[in-house]
Amino acid sequence: MIGSTAWKIDESPVLKTRIIPCLDVKDGRVVKGVQFLELRDAGDPVEAAKAYDAAGADELCFLDITASHEARGTLLDVVSRTAEACFMPLTVGGGVRAVEDVRALLLAGADKVAINTAAVKDPDLVARAAEKFGAQCIVVAIDAKRVSGAAEPARWEIFTHGGRNPTGLDAIAFARTVAAKGAGELLVTSMDKDGTRSGYDLALTRAIADAVTVPVIASGGVGGLDDLVAGVAQGGASAVLAASIFHFGQHSVAEAKAHMAAAGLSMRLDA
Amino acid sequence: MSGRTLSETVAIIDYGSGNLHSAAKAFERAAREAGLDTRILVTGDPEAVASADRVVLPGVGAYADCRRGLDAVPGMVEAMTRAAIQAGRPFLGICVGMQLMATRGLEYETTPGLGWIPGDVGPIRPADPALKIPHMGWNTLTPDRDHALLAGISTGEGGLHAYFVHSYALKADRPGEVVAHADYGGPVTAMVGRDNLAGTQFHPEKSQRLGLALLANFLRWRP
Repeated sequence: MIGSTAWKIDESPVLKTRIIPCLDVKDGRVVKGVQFLELRDAGDPVEAAKAYDAAGADELCFLDITASHEARGTLLDVVSRTAEACFMPLTVGGGVRAVEDVRALLLAGADKVAINTAAVKDPDLVARAAEKFGAQCIVVAIDAKRVSGAAEPARWEIFTHGGRNPTGLDAIAFARTVAAKGAGELLVTSMDKDGTRSGYDLALTRAIADAVTVPVIASGGVGGLDDLVAGVAQGGASAVLAASIFHFGQHSVAEAKAHMAAAGLSMRLDA
Repeated sequence: MSGRTLSETVAIIDYGSGNLHSAAKAFERAAREAGLDTRILVTGDPEAVASADRVVLPGVGAYADCRRGLDAVPGMVEAMTRAAIQAGRPFLGICVGMQLMATRGLEYETTPGLGWIPGDVGPIRPADPALKIPHMGWNTLTPDRDHALLAGISTGEGGLHAYFVHSYALKADRPGEVVAHADYGGPVTAMVGRDNLAGTQFHPEKSQRLGLALLANFLRWRP
């Protein structure tokens, strides 16, 4: 197997690396659908969540990309129906602007809530949410782009609105800030890599994982199973998030786990 | 009385904390799979808690905030105490619900707990400083003693996994009240118990196979 002996991995022998399939949800429907299984309704997030639950995913992530804040009820309904059917941890993000949004998602059945743009605008929101609900359920989603030239030391900046809006904030410094405010986990997405299927931005993942004491989820750019291994072994991530390689049936979660275990990572194989 | 077993009621205490919805659904499924005719009741009514056959105290969030939420329901702590301590009915605390069974919590501020399992809930400090906090994810359980709630559940390094997500852990004053621990740069209390009282730091309602088996064990438990 390619890459199976490439890295010497030294980590906690028992806490397992998590594989997190991520579904983009818009107006209560999965964007682009999930094709890896015969689902009755491939566009229904609940059906997809059940399939991933059965497939042994370690957690699940919904990112709501619904434009209007008014459609919030639809998302809450999806979350609540998912929590009824799946006995696995669920992170929900997208459009979270206030402590009340966090509360509504947690009450609907989310286990963790990801805050993105609102944390950039007001890092104290992270502190308020963590104090209210505990740091363990507050994830800050960091979207970063490399802004340094090829000859310069690597530097990444926080972008919002799907990578369109620069903020001037240094990604590493921002990661430190929100971790200090009480984020229990950071979901680090490389906007350069997202959608390219060329692998995570490992230098970005590593730089943030080394800068904070909370777990980091690597995200953006997975094209194959070795990318998942690299996210942990080289990027220092505690969990790996991927979308299309699972949704389109390129690989099953079980294959991903077997591949990562063969590479020396500690995986949960009993599911 | 005829030989017919009356159906039991499990009260899941609603005090504005966390994820009651998924806890209730997991109990319903565990009961169904175990063939038990159990009524799962999510309730903020102290009378319903005091008269339930089994009581579950879930909890997600910060310790002090959960304690305030519990105190904000008039008569709830008394009702729980009546059911669990005076009547000796099976009681299960989950995550912060388990931590609330301790003497006090040290998260953000010092907060009194129920004092049922003497000990403090303090920050996890792994021996290896490179280990991330929260202790978040899937870990195996190492039993410290036999317990009915772990019956039939494969534990140890090759065993089933439980889902943990916490930065604080209970340090029980009496080692005999620790039922199982997880290893995370040292032992982290995963489960406590004494007589009819039990608590899990992990989330059985999120722990797939291990979780449903444990919940079914709780529903059958005759301490």
